[in-house]
Amino acid sequence: MRIACPFCGPRENSEFSYLGDAKPKRPGPDAGEDAVYEYVYLRDNVAGEMAELWYHGGGCRAWLQVRRNTVTHEILSVEPAAGAGAASVTP
Amino acid sequence: MKYSIFSLARAALSGHRNWPRTWRDAEPKPRYDVVIIGGGGHGLATAYHLAADYGITNVAVLEKGWIGSGNAGRNTTIIRSNYLLPGNIGFYELSMKLWERMEQDLNYNTMVSQRGVLNLYHSDAQRDAYARRGNAMRINGIDAELLDAAAVRKMVPFLNFDNARFPIQGGLLQRRGGTARHDAVVWGYAHAADRRGVDIIQNCEVTSFTRDAGGRVTGVETTRGTIGAGKVGMAVAGSSSRVAAMADLRLPIESHVLQAFVSEGLKPLIPGVMTFGAGHFYVSQSDKGGLVFGGDIDGYNSYAQRGNMPVMEDVCEGGMALMPLIGRLRLLRQWGGIMDMSMDGSPIIDRTPVDGLFINAGWCYGGFKATPASGLVFAHLLARNEPHAEATRFRLDRFQRGAMIDEKGQGAQPNLH
Ligand SMILES: Cc1cc2nc3c(=O)[nH]c(=O)nc-3n(C[C@H](O)[C@H](O)[C@H](O)COP(=O)(O)OP(=O)(O)OC[C@H]3O[C@@H](n4cnc5c(N)ncnc54)[C@H](O)[C@@H]3O)c2cc1C
Ligand SMILES: [Zn+2]
Repeated sequence: MRIACPFCGPRENSEFSYLGDAKPKRPGPDAGEDAVYEYVYLRDNVAGEMAELWYHGGGCRAWLQVRRNTVTHEILSVEPAAGAGAASVTP
Repeated sequence: MKYSIFSLARAALSGHRNWPRTWRDAEPKPRYDVVIIGGGGHGLATAYHLAADYGITNVAVLEKGWIGSGNAGRNTTIIRSNYLLPGNIGFYELSMKLWERMEQDLNYNTMVSQRGVLNLYHSDAQRDAYARRGNAMRINGIDAELLDAAAVRKMVPFLNFDNARFPIQGGLLQRRGGTARHDAVVWGYAHAADRRGVDIIQNCEVTSFTRDAGGRVTGVETTRGTIGAGKVGMAVAGSSSRVAAMADLRLPIESHVLQAFVSEGLKPLIPGVMTFGAGHFYVSQSDKGGLVFGGDIDGYNSYAQRGNMPVMEDVCEGGMALMPLIGRLRLLRQWGGIMDMSMDGSPIIDRTPVDGLFINAGWCYGGFKATPASGLVFAHLLARNEPHAEATRFRLDRFQRGAMIDEKGQGAQPNLH
């Protein structure tokens, strides 16, 4: 599995760290315990195409959003996702 | 069919050509008291214990492929009970006790071999952590011995003891740990369950649940038709989220791939199971002579039963760091399996919020050793509607309650467990 970093070109996957599904968004401070529980613990665990966050730590150190098929490992698109890894609070 | 010295002698007279099937390939009936989804070790063990210990024999195990085609037939066969935390420790020791009598219980040779599991340590801090673990085990009546370097050297003199970065300082040994023949475990439970009336139905994929007006699960739709059920238990390992989604449930689980490797055959070299504590590498030797080994999971969500090259390289580097004498050994086979990585690295055995549906999941890469106890406690839950005494903490809602069982202390990041 090679990820084509938009800044560095195609690199083997060991250069990247995996955060996981890009969908869960950190709930706001007043969202309540259930929302936090869902965000931290529950996953769609998609079988098929999934948008996910990878960090190119062994290269340009950019956060990337990768669309990847979890059944075939085929990578469909790679886009910059600046700041995606920071635990930003959604308003 | 009961196996004994007499059946062996009888079969020998006809040149071993007339052995009957060890379990029936059953046709689905319209309805069962309990339907188990998943013909891996856990599903079959559950069916066996339902019939053997709880008197529930109108049971079907539905398997989408052939039994043992999932992780039950893909693991590196290590069994041990060297856990640290309450909740896990008693459960895995129950499992070890069941391994010790499995062959008599099942009337099947599962090749349980208590050849010992040795976890090596390479620093003072790691020694302290293993001393703590060993003490936790001993307090709970489980065997554990802390070895120094000299004692380890006696057992396995060929290791790289004086590695400049990761010298081997000693190890934590559980002599009762070891290996078992994974396929035989599957066939043994199938054999013993079948003898007690359980239907094992292969090529039967569950595609949805049937539910009544109140939402209670009343059965399953499968590729072989509708099958009614008093209760449904799911034991589908890496497919847990997919099956749960059919009942509109989201689980605290991600599916990840773990690879395993076998080398060409060697003369007897490795006495038991060994783990390298400075990287992630574990190894044993099969009775055929191949070294069976593995390491870290690949680390990204996957349902493709195969992994990638960087992990292969990493695992082999771990092996070389531990025992450079394997440097010219060739790799014979390699494969992957899909594991249900839970958010705290521990399993879930519980009722679900959906009436009539029970879950057995979250085994991560350590569910083979759990097979016998998992079957027993899941059968208990299905039969009695309440958790077995050794499984009271494996609740689905523990994440919500903050009652995680996180052996590694990694938090909710499944690819780190
Ligand atoms: C490479 C590797 C090495 C491992 N090493 C060890 C080890 O050394 N020690 C250890 O303790 N554990 C180990 N494990 C973990 C262990 O193998 C698993 O935790 C355990 O086998 C899971 O339980 P199971 O046997 O019931 O799973 P499986 O054998 O995976 O059974 C689940 C079954 O459900 C079926 N299924 C899925 N969806 C459906 C459906 N919709 N309808 C019908 N059937 C369905 C699947 O086909 C499968 O046969 C390892 C795993 C892997 C992959
Ligand atoms: Zn880059």
